[in-house]
Amino acid sequence: MTQSTHQPLGGRLLTKPFMLFALLFLIAVYFLATRFMFGLGSVTHLNGGYPWGIWVVVDVIIGTAFGCGGFAMALLVYIFNKGEYHPLMRPALLGGLFGYTLGGMAVIFDLGRYWNFYNLLLPWYAQPSSVMFEVALCVMAYILVLWIEFSPTFLERLGLTNARQKLKRFMYVIIALGVLLPTMHQSSLGSLLLVMGSQLSPLWYTPWLPLWFLLTAIAMGYGIVILESTLITNAFKLPSEQRILSKLSPIVGWLLAGFLVLRFLDLLTRGQVAPMFGADLHAFMFWLEILVFVMPAIILISPARRTDQRQMFLAALLLLGAGSLYRINAYLVAYDPGNGWSYFPSAPELMVTIGVIALEIMLYLVFVKKLPVLHGTRPA
Amino acid sequence: MDKSRRRFMQSAAGAIAGAVAPLESAQALRRENKQLPPNALGMLYDSTLCIGCRACVTACKEANDVPVEQPAHLREWNVGVWDSGEDISGKTLNTIRVFTHGTKEQKDRAENGYAFIKRHCLHCVDPSCVSVCPVSAMLKDADTGIVTHNPDACIGCRYCVYGCPFGVPQFQFDEPFGKIAKCQFCEHLQKKGQIPACCEVCPTGASLFGLVADLQKEAEQRLSKQPGDYYEFARGRLGDDRPTHEAAIPEYQSHIYGVKEAGGTQIRYLTGVPHEQLGLPKLPDESYASLSEGVQHTLYKGMIAPLALLGGLVYLARRSTKQHEDEE
Repeated sequence: MTQSTHQPLGGRLLTKPFMLFALLFLIAVYFLATRFMFGLGSVTHLNGGYPWGIWVVVDVIIGTAFGCGGFAMALLVYIFNKGEYHPLMRPALLGGLFGYTLGGMAVIFDLGRYWNFYNLLLPWYAQPSSVMFEVALCVMAYILVLWIEFSPTFLERLGLTNARQKLKRFMYVIIALGVLLPTMHQSSLGSLLLVMGSQLSPLWYTPWLPLWFLLTAIAMGYGIVILESTLITNAFKLPSEQRILSKLSPIVGWLLAGFLVLRFLDLLTRGQVAPMFGADLHAFMFWLEILVFVMPAIILISPARRTDQRQMFLAALLLLGAGSLYRINAYLVAYDPGNGWSYFPSAPELMVTIGVIALEIMLYLVFVKKLPVLHGTRPA
Repeated sequence: MDKSRRRFMQSAAGAIAGAVAPLESAQALRRENKQLPPNALGMLYDSTLCIGCRACVTACKEANDVPVEQPAHLREWNVGVWDSGEDISGKTLNTIRVFTHGTKEQKDRAENGYAFIKRHCLHCVDPSCVSVCPVSAMLKDADTGIVTHNPDACIGCRYCVYGCPFGVPQFQFDEPFGKIAKCQFCEHLQKKGQIPACCEVCPTGASLFGLVADLQKEAEQRLSKQPGDYYEFARGRLGDDRPTHEAAIPEYQSHIYGVKEAGGTQIRYLTGVPHEQLGLPKLPDESYASLSEGVQHTLYKGMIAPLALLGGLVYLARRSTKQHEDEE
């Protein structure tokens, strides 16, 4: 049929888990309707001290890092020229497609004045010194790039071989952009915090924030690739990609180890040893985060562990957990606006975030079942 | 790994190391703090003169057409008469807070005393809110230095709320079409030749309007007097012909808050109680915007670094896809 060996999985769409996800999504829709009718305060626990909650930190900042599978794989597959890792590329891109598209969607319902959203694109309102401005434009551009990167899948499905061939000719530019743009905005998600100064705990506030966010985004991207490949090969009885993964793992493992060493060097050079050993929430969350970073690094570096599928699955969860914890810590735990303000998400606020994730999984399932995303065939 | 690839990787690693090395000393990447505009307007708030009457709060609400605020937990006894907002918020641009300690015997004393403090925008010299806003909705006047907000530009991302070290801009979370609320120094009244409503109504001159340069001199003069000396305190606008009132110089804290904090502000605070106890945070002399903009401008100067990186990536991606095709 086509020149590619990617194939749609087929199979029934409306399975029981799918219906459960749909229900969760509908609950989120209800609370979002409330939000649009009565304001952000009617659904969330946002307040004058904590203007950003989980809709920003989880849906957008962590959500886009979960979408870095495509970025991490593009980096490894194309830039390091390891063509043999190709089978993992499309599912990773698909994860990125939804991580980013839905992260972008989440921005809309979190924005207090969403109807002015297009002002970001009007040159007379542009404010290039703003990190937020750079992040916004960069993420919008990357969503476009992701759809183009993924488009061969649609074109194959539709049998548009000609268009597919034409696209292939300049695909390398798109691929390069697909590495450049996340490098820019994932690091900028760290730069966003540089203006916070003493409002952030010194355990997280460092001029290295942009680099820390970039490195952890790559680690999370790789985590999502392991997760996707393990879940999908098991659920749909596809050939294992373990052999391929175990070759990429030490690269990511050493990257993490380097990150941890640099992180402590930075704390030492800034003279911030005391806060590490304080008897408070900050110190506790710091060490918890470090622990969750160390564990996957050990698994990925150890040759015996990284070939064990169960350990790798654990490593994937830990990678995603560590990166998420780092982001929650940096944006919410480390942040103290003073004046006695506090924040913990409300139940409806959590349900919206859960609903967005449910929608993401539903769309992922629809896509892998209907489009040639996955490599290899399902045994009869 | 062939030679050219290795060379690229080496130079890329070198470039990354070169780019991050200066981060070690953050100072190196900072741009300079911005400077006070020539005709900067501001306010001298003398906490020792403030009697906590909150006439400024009411006047501010009338002048700026913001509603009375009644927090839910106070509604039981407050049946709609009093404005009982406890801090600035989406409905309150200016408020007076009280500090108390122990037996609250004496005004303007930290030990067993009490003191008032006014909360509103400090109109920073190098404001974080202006620096972080992606759509230029926060604007600092080049001449007077007043920081204003344009709701037509604002997308409601609330980065200004998150970033302000004084917690000043507030979003109206209770409104379906909320906006950012913040003291704009009654710019609309100033255009008509009037002064900000809070300074206009203040009966003791605790809120005193004027040019920042003059207010600075006034603050220094008050500090130079001996406690107990009698002094003529001005009201309304510094230097206009309103009747002054005579009172004894209190025991001031020697530091004038607002001169250098976070790169400097256009408000001057004189207090009898240490600033931190009144909720005025201890801040460095460098503005926070000078670091974040310094880093951002270094990485993205003329888009040279991103374009160079893109060039390298295009080259590698091209080679890589070609090889894949050859193998196929």
